[in-house]
Amino acid sequence: MGKYSLRFAALGYLLLILIGPLAMMVWRTAEDLDGAWAAISDPDTVSAFKLTLMVTAIAVVVNTVFGIICGLLIVRGNIPGRGFLNAFVDLPLSLSPVVVGFALVTLYGLDGWLGWFQRNGYEILFATPSIVLATIFVTLPFVVREVVPTLREIGTEQEQAAQTLGASGWQTFWRITLPSIRWAVIYGVVLTAARGIGEFGAVAVVSGNFAGQTQTATLRVEDAYQFAYGNYAPAYGIAFVLAATAVIVLLAMIFLQPKESRA
Amino acid sequence: MSISVRRITKRFDDYVALDDVSVNVERGSLTALLGPSGSGKSTLLRIIAGLETADQGTVFIDEKNVTGRPPQERGVGFVFQHYAAFKHMTVYDNVAFGLKIRKRPKAEIDERVYRLLRLVQLDGLAKRYPAQLSGGQRQRMGLARALAIDPDVLLLDEPFGALDARVRAELREWLRRLHDETHTTTVIVTHDQEEAMEVADQVAVMSAGRIEQVGSPRDVYERPANEFVMTFVGQAHQLGDTFVRPHDLEVTLEPNGATREVMIDRVVHLGFNVRVDLVGGEGERLSVQTTRDNAELLELASGQIVYVRPTRHTTFA
Repeated sequence: MGKYSLRFAALGYLLLILIGPLAMMVWRTAEDLDGAWAAISDPDTVSAFKLTLMVTAIAVVVNTVFGIICGLLIVRGNIPGRGFLNAFVDLPLSLSPVVVGFALVTLYGLDGWLGWFQRNGYEILFATPSIVLATIFVTLPFVVREVVPTLREIGTEQEQAAQTLGASGWQTFWRITLPSIRWAVIYGVVLTAARGIGEFGAVAVVSGNFAGQTQTATLRVEDAYQFAYGNYAPAYGIAFVLAATAVIVLLAMIFLQPKESRA
Repeated sequence: MSISVRRITKRFDDYVALDDVSVNVERGSLTALLGPSGSGKSTLLRIIAGLETADQGTVFIDEKNVTGRPPQERGVGFVFQHYAAFKHMTVYDNVAFGLKIRKRPKAEIDERVYRLLRLVQLDGLAKRYPAQLSGGQRQRMGLARALAIDPDVLLLDEPFGALDARVRAELREWLRRLHDETHTTTVIVTHDQEEAMEVADQVAVMSAGRIEQVGSPRDVYERPANEFVMTFVGQAHQLGDTFVRPHDLEVTLEPNGATREVMIDRVVHLGFNVRVDLVGGEGERLSVQTTRDNAELLELASGQIVYVRPTRHTTFA
């Protein structure tokens, strides 16, 4: 009996905490499909999704390249302070996104250390560059975190074997190292993308939230909710698209896990 | 190609892994670096390959100074203890790796890879992945991969150390035959004295970062340079100032001046041989190796008092 009560407790918990809110939202979306669709197809919403996707794509590319280099430095590098680097990479996980956004505003603001750009007409704050910077910041740890343990696990013998067989450092990286860590990289990319699409706090502070210009999908949901005036259909509709994206990402993660590590 | 190592010293922080080591490997020979773990034998091999750099000293391959050269330019085939198989590649791609790096034509690569796979008896497994092979098969793939680039020298780092006894014996014999056919200058690192004796023309016995003796297997066994070699290469008992091997002790039932009295603790039948474990008057333990026939003739049994006498012994100054 104990076995069953534990199962019910676990399932009940999942239902209440995870499934309940999402199911309710799907339900409400379905109640006014026309209203939801009108909001989703609104040019400003389309623009918000485009911005979110573009920003996320940049963050994924930048953090994948950085994550692999950083992982190699942490595991293989012969540099002082790599333990420090290893710990520091996790900062975005523990730091509130709002604080990240605020810190960026301080740095790039008119009298910040990097305020030169803003003062000379290269708009960073309240424009796309700041949204990109904020998203890169909050998604920085994911590829590194996936790559580091895998690099430790594969060791250096395969790379040494490649060298004795004549492969240059570059050839060794492309033919041996990268294929060996590919699942970790793909997994990190998926996590980075999910986090990038969902980012709200930091972007809310730096973007200026101008509809059709610097408003990302999450900001648009918040807007639709704040200024609903009794008509919540637009908020439900846009939120539904975001939730559906998250589910797709989750499924992708399940299918992307390499066979040998799938439980 | 010959290999010559001149006055190599290597430290890892405070630990001296190699202390002024020099050794010559003649072209076409098969040399074993034999020593206990921590003796520096693997480090020496890795320095020859360029996978490790020496703090001092020089490495010559084929009379060319390669000390500062990276492993890619040394023309060495290296075989790793834990195979270092490229896990994401098939057996074919593993063996073809060095040839693809050298951008050889497809037809040549095909021809060479399949010839090597036949040589290491892996034909038919070309499309498998390393995870689908046994340890012995993986190591044969490792050998084929190293041989594919037609190396000037073949370096093997405890190649059979991770395999079970039977596969190890098989591969050892196979390596010897391979060497007799190809005459590639080969250096094998091992801690197993039997392996070194069986496979090598020349054995370099190492201990604590130094070379203790270099010679033929027979030389190091029969004319050990010092106590370490005497006791590491084969078994030896110390009787006072002299050393004697278990098969150089004669067992008799009657005392005779030079003999010492011992009690039989255990008689161990090892097939053709019999090992007799003995306890002396002061509790010292000895063992004698003798033939089954002799043991039966003397009717040796545990608890019995017998007398032993060295028929041959070694003393170090």
